[in-house]
Amino acid sequence: MAQYLMSVLHDDANGPVMADPVEAAAIDVFNERLRADGNWVFAGGLASPGSATVVDAREGEPVFTDGPYIESKEYLVGFWIVEAPHLDAALRMAADGSKACNRRIELRPFLSA
Amino acid sequence: MTEIGEVIARVHREEWARVVATMARRVGDLDVAEESAAEAFATAVERWPADGVPPNPGAWLTTTAYRKAVDRLRREVKRAEKHQEASMLRSDAPEPLGAIDDDRLRLVFTCCHPALAMESRVALTLRMVGGLTVPEIARAFLVQETAMGRRLTRAKTKIKDARIPYGVPYREDLPRRVTGVLAVLYLIFNEGYLTSDPAREPVRGELTAEAIRLTRLVRALLPADGEVAGLLALMLLTEARRPARLSATGELVTLTDQDRGAWDRSLIAEGHALVRERLATGRPPGRYQVLAAINAVHTSAPDVRSTDWSQIVALYDQLARLDPSPVVRLNRAIAIAELDGPAVALAEVDGLPLAGYHPFHATRAELLRRLGRSEESRAAYDRAIELAANTGETAHLIRRRDQLAGR
Repeated sequence: MAQYLMSVLHDDANGPVMADPVEAAAIDVFNERLRADGNWVFAGGLASPGSATVVDAREGEPVFTDGPYIESKEYLVGFWIVEAPHLDAALRMAADGSKACNRRIELRPFLSA
Repeated sequence: MTEIGEVIARVHREEWARVVATMARRVGDLDVAEESAAEAFATAVERWPADGVPPNPGAWLTTTAYRKAVDRLRREVKRAEKHQEASMLRSDAPEPLGAIDDDRLRLVFTCCHPALAMESRVALTLRMVGGLTVPEIARAFLVQETAMGRRLTRAKTKIKDARIPYGVPYREDLPRRVTGVLAVLYLIFNEGYLTSDPAREPVRGELTAEAIRLTRLVRALLPADGEVAGLLALMLLTEARRPARLSATGELVTLTDQDRGAWDRSLIAEGHALVRERLATGRPPGRYQVLAAINAVHTSAPDVRSTDWSQIVALYDQLARLDPSPVVRLNRAIAIAELDGPAVALAEVDGLPLAGYHPFHATRAELLRRLGRSEESRAAYDRAIELAANTGETAHLIRRRDQLAGR
């Protein structure tokens, strides 16, 4: 079994950042299935990128910078961590997840131990 | 080439994919599988001339490759001082699908996985399944050898890190995944048939031959798949015309002007047999089968005048229902010109959103020429020449343009 990060990408051009009731209900159904099938590890939604702080302590005293490390039209709004035997299984989950939350998903494997 | 050299070359063609595929399953690592297969063939080149060719060359190669792989893994394990061996390809993949459970098929599906970029799929398929060397693939696609090497390494790293399974796809995914494999094979074929690079010779037989060989292999592995048969038939019927496709001066010769006596009759017979086989099933054909049928009609006609154009238009109608793209409508219009005349065809062509596609302008140029509208025809040829990349095609277009009356 391997773990994958499913990053949910949002583009403001496609509507408000918060999931609407239809999307929220579909996400609940999707989460339930991940749990039932034993694929669930963790998931969460994130506050807007504007609330981020970049911290750099490489030179000693930490330097705090207001805002995300990169400004982009499309940004991370949430994620799932799932467990899957291989990429084909993870791709199916990502496809179902994308459909449920009505957003694009970047699927990326964790480095295996 | 010496006699033994020819034997080794033949065994390489026939056994490479099987050795790599078997090794990939046994050692669970595509990189090790490839390297050990290459080492086994190198050993054969050293030994066979003196020792003679073993009675079962495939088994000898697999055994030799396995020994090389074990040696390699031992060395790596020692170096890393850990006993967990690299296990990159997962065989805990979806259930095998009965008759099509073959290591080579797993290899094909892995190399053509949709999570890989198209150019990576092409390179991996030519290397792992086709057995072409990295320099050969680099030459075929006119990229630097180091760049091609990096492309392959990147693809293998993704297979390993993302755990692309070494197996046949889920049953529900199978039709789409087969379509993906066929797209890779067709791309290899087309790059050989109509080279897109202006610095290259216009038609390259080694790539079309390789694509046909790989498609034959996939057909042997998936004999019941209609689209696999359709693509093989399409390739055979296209390849059959290759001898007539270039003039002595390296100019492309259009279907209308080709010397049909130079067509390869045995390839045509094989292609026609495949098309008939699919028709006999009575199942609705997919895109490649319809394209093959169109080519079967063309290759059945002794000359361009006796072509059954109404049959061709009917097939394009069928194709347009499967693939309603402007390119299909353009090709349909070319057949319409033969049936209903250039004015009707031009009305269909004008307005297609294909301004950046040189066959669109070349088609308009030919239709306008037939309508006697020389100036507009010349402008269309100019645009087609600007956009065309294939040297043989450019030469043909320039000659056609310069034949126009006036000026």
